[in-house]
Amino acid sequence: MMLSARNVSWAAGGAEILRDVSLDVRSGEFLGIIGPNGSGKTSLMALLAGIRKPKSGEVLLDGVPIGTLGRREVARRLALVEQQAETGERITARQAVELGRTPYLEPLSPWSPEDDAIVEAALQNVDMVHLSSRLWHTLSGGERQRLHIGRALAQHPRILLLDEPTNHLDIGHQIGLLDLVRRQGLTVAAALHDLNHAAMFCDRLAVMQGGQLVALGTPSDVLTVECIREVFGVEAEIDQGNDGSCFIRYIAMGSPHTAPSFGKDARLKSIAHRVS
Amino acid sequence: MGAVFLALVVLVAALWLGAAIGETAIPLEVVAKTVANRLWDAGYPLEPIDEGIVWSYRLSRAVVAACCGASLALSGVVLQSLLRNPLADPYILGISAGASTGAVGVAILGLGAGLLTLPMGAFLGALVAFALVSLLAAKAGKGTAAIILAGVAGSQLFNALTSFIVTKAATAEQARGIMFWLLGNLSGVRWPDAWLAIPAALFGLAVCLWHARSLDAFTFGAESAASLGISVRRTYLTLVGISAMMTAVMVSIVGSIGFVGLVIPHAARMLVGIRHGVLLPAAALIGAAFMIVADILSRILIPGQVLPIGVITALIGAPAFALILGQRRGRA
Repeated sequence: MMLSARNVSWAAGGAEILRDVSLDVRSGEFLGIIGPNGSGKTSLMALLAGIRKPKSGEVLLDGVPIGTLGRREVARRLALVEQQAETGERITARQAVELGRTPYLEPLSPWSPEDDAIVEAALQNVDMVHLSSRLWHTLSGGERQRLHIGRALAQHPRILLLDEPTNHLDIGHQIGLLDLVRRQGLTVAAALHDLNHAAMFCDRLAVMQGGQLVALGTPSDVLTVECIREVFGVEAEIDQGNDGSCFIRYIAMGSPHTAPSFGKDARLKSIAHRVS
Repeated sequence: MGAVFLALVVLVAALWLGAAIGETAIPLEVVAKTVANRLWDAGYPLEPIDEGIVWSYRLSRAVVAACCGASLALSGVVLQSLLRNPLADPYILGISAGASTGAVGVAILGLGAGLLTLPMGAFLGALVAFALVSLLAAKAGKGTAAIILAGVAGSQLFNALTSFIVTKAATAEQARGIMFWLLGNLSGVRWPDAWLAIPAALFGLAVCLWHARSLDAFTFGAESAASLGISVRRTYLTLVGISAMMTAVMVSIVGSIGFVGLVIPHAARMLVGIRHGVLLPAAALIGAAFMIVADILSRILIPGQVLPIGVITALIGAPAFALILGQRRGRA
């Protein structure tokens, strides 16, 4: 077991944010954490990354309570990409990725050619070499997020934690980014908003609601009509593919597609037609 | 290596000029000979008066100015980076306000019954204010905004106390003296002050340099720094503490000289970039040189009268700051 939360709870300003959550991140998997706004996804990521201490329960990294490991030790095994971390500093793209070497550098140890090679590889990996001398504030949201991933990769972690990494990106960049993450072959836990993306990229999904873990399993097990209605308050239809993939179609209240039940068969037929 | 050499040249040149220029101009050669006499017993025959002015008055003064400029600039860099606020300066922690309250407490109210000197009073005031601001910040919760808000509140409180004491108890003569002190004054500075300022500045520089990489890691905020393996709390405590120490020492020696801690960090960033391993020493050097030059100007600008150095730093600093802001905008 690489990373696991054992009955963790967390509260901020008297409000309970997470209640008794237990979750294992398995070696090599892409675990998606989904749930509506305020369900505790971000807090769970912060606890898993060890940058906040649970009020009760514990987080184990490689079987050891994460709080007993030094911050630097944790940062060499696990990298966190926050939601939209920004800066007003005049930092170049390359310098942003170079920050990823911090956990390996002592106060007086010089920057080495090896560090340079690792940064170069990370830039290549996220396809930002051509922009590496550009200043941060001249880059687009998608480019910045790729650099954050590059920075995380320069940490040479075994586990990558991503907190809603595709927020505010256009659809092409969303898919591209998740694909990029998937290709790394690392153990990944990512809080995601888009259920179809979660279904596309994740091996398993954890569903959060009101600070609790309410479902955990493969996308096709977890993403049921009932679950989506219950957790997100949205009506949906789900197309299950034979290969375990699934596709969610949301149905807006009052839209022509919502209501009459006699229309449903016809719609299903049309979907079946399209899928085949 | 070249950069270190250049820095030393700049620093020595500034100190040299600081010792030579003044109401009575003393040739650069005499300054060099004086230093040689004092440090190596070189035995050059010199006018005792010239030697005395150079060694006992001007050189000690220039050295303290350099330490003060370097310390304020370092504190400014550290606080701006740590609090991620370009407006942060060393006085944001309430230190200068506390120091002035301590100073007037001693000078006007006679606190300490003659046992406390004005600098000691200022230092104690600075510590009390910093402790109060820290407590307030801790109570106000996490985050950089808490520190800034606590600092503003603390500064206001101590400034009000200072004004209260001055209006209630000071004679016109005392009030004028205090105003001079508040705006920064290097006139009374002698070697014993330098023996306090030099270690404070060097120790501060060493601690800051030791944390240069940690400061880099704060580029994207405290959480990002934590995820890069920095123990955020310890770094905050160490660096805010060392900034407070440096500032309190300098303010208690020369008064609260404004603008240096705000403007020099920005100027240094423009010149050498944002990597703290380079930025910190660059800011310290520029701060030191700037303060020596400001001190020279304060002595020669109006013949026969010494301006408070804070007036000079603000008169140069404010337009410089405006220029830098314009540049930032132009490049953005």
